[in-house]
Amino acid sequence: MLQRIYAIFRARNREFVRDRASLSWNLILPVALVFGLSFAFDGQRDEFTVGVLQQSGEVDVTAHPFFTTPYVDFVAYDDLDAAMIKVERHQLDLLVDPGPPVRYWVNPESAKGYFAELALMQSVAPRDDTVIKEQITGEPIRYSDWVLPGILGMNMMFSCLFGVGYVIVRYRKNGFLKRLRATPLSAFEFISAQVASRMVLIMLITSFVFAGTHLLLDTRMEGSYATLFVVGAVGAISMISLGLIVSARVTSEELAGGLLNLINWPMMMLSGVWFSLEGAGDTLQAISKVFPLTHVLDAARAVSLDGATFVDIAPSLAALGVQSAVFLVIGSAIFRWEQY
Amino acid sequence: MTSDPATVLEARNLVKKYPGVLAVNGVSFSVPEGTCFGLLGPNGAGKTTTVEIIEGVTRATSGEVYYCGEIAGERFRQESGIQFQNTALQDHITVLETLEMFRALYERRADLDHVIAQCSLGELLDRDNRKLSGGQRQRLLLAVALVNRPRLVFLDEPTTGLDPQARRNFWTLVERIRADGATIVLTTHYMDEAQILCDDIAIMDEGKIISRGSPEQLLLDRFGDTLINLPNGEVRRPNLEDLFLDLTGHLLRA
Repeated sequence: MLQRIYAIFRARNREFVRDRASLSWNLILPVALVFGLSFAFDGQRDEFTVGVLQQSGEVDVTAHPFFTTPYVDFVAYDDLDAAMIKVERHQLDLLVDPGPPVRYWVNPESAKGYFAELALMQSVAPRDDTVIKEQITGEPIRYSDWVLPGILGMNMMFSCLFGVGYVIVRYRKNGFLKRLRATPLSAFEFISAQVASRMVLIMLITSFVFAGTHLLLDTRMEGSYATLFVVGAVGAISMISLGLIVSARVTSEELAGGLLNLINWPMMMLSGVWFSLEGAGDTLQAISKVFPLTHVLDAARAVSLDGATFVDIAPSLAALGVQSAVFLVIGSAIFRWEQY
Repeated sequence: MTSDPATVLEARNLVKKYPGVLAVNGVSFSVPEGTCFGLLGPNGAGKTTTVEIIEGVTRATSGEVYYCGEIAGERFRQESGIQFQNTALQDHITVLETLEMFRALYERRADLDHVIAQCSLGELLDRDNRKLSGGQRQRLLLAVALVNRPRLVFLDEPTTGLDPQARRNFWTLVERIRADGATIVLTTHYMDEAQILCDDIAIMDEGKIISRGSPEQLLLDRFGDTLINLPNGEVRRPNLEDLFLDLTGHLLRA
């Protein structure tokens, strides 16, 4: 039995690795996304922008104590009307004329404008000793730190669902499955080989992309690499199993593509690939728990950002294990070799 | 109830119904060891469905298949080799890798060098499956059917679409397999192929066997000493094609 599984496993690996276009796509897409998004969103995205009315190009920080406030980007403007339009459009959080007298413009519908206004007031307010200040220091979590597990998980999802689902449907349609059925190979052996092949390939690709981006972008890694690897492996099994259900009977590549997209898109939107669901409603959060990708990303982010251990992520791993078992049982039960 | 062990293959009363279509209607036959059995018939006669039921890739509505006296099962899968009419192989995989993969699926294995030589694939071992010509591809599919040193080989319309040279080359390969002692079940609609290769034939039409025997015996039974006068004035003996048309008619099938 193991020899048969290994024979199919090895042939499928060769087929995938030699398909340069697919292999390149699996490697290039996540790397390009991580680098592009980190370039676009890392760093300055949370800074406040305050316009300062004055003639010269550079803001004179001695003109008012407010202009030494950290985390605020002060930009000089000599045209009041143009600067007011920027406040109106939320492009400036506040516009200050250092005077004398000091005068400022704020958009009451801007949240950042509200806090910039508070900062301006604080800069001229007397010190209040009844408020006790405690300092907590630490490195910020950049968007690239947060989004890296999301993009790797998304790439894993595409690769597992299409790499197994679509390929088996193609094998069935072109008669390769029928040819295999005429051999002593069992459905269980064939499915096991497909799961193993895709899991090894996707874990190699994901590890390679993670290592590259982690080294180049110095992304955050608080937990254990081994724990993260296990999260990836368990998640891959779950999503491959989901792909098997789609491919178990379908004979048309077009239908398979539609069904796979029907699964992909909700997962991509509701599993927290691009943005956190923390603020979303209870119903949406409950729905998101149906998707294996949600549990993969929750666990992966807990490990990489918070240093979570196996015990901490046990609920996510258990959910993935249960989902994998259910998907595999259904997929094996309804699997069909032939086209008609 | 078991079949005669001297008989390699026996089909008993096979029936296959699809919605609105009776594709196979009570087909029974047996194949003695070491012979080449031909299943002939026009397109849609039920040949491929019959053979696929025997091969175990299509489920019969009713009927039984025996291999060496036992219900066809695991032993049958181990000891039979099958060349389907249309089979795709994996992309990006070479001829040698394809043979090695299929060989690894069996407990019973042929000497791969012998199979490669038998099917004249020596020059093609490193070639991607996608880059094979029609004839080369058929030789590879035949080799895939031989990687388990089969006692019983199924060839389903193996020369369809091949040019005359490739067809004759393929017949030579089939003769080699027979010489090695394998029993062959051949489905074809080429009468010359059946006449050259088969010891015993069954002609199917509309899901049933309508005639059965050796080519010579069938011709003798049907035509006796009849001779056919050709338009150019020549005279010849009837052949299997004449028998086939006589039995199944000249009209085009829907």
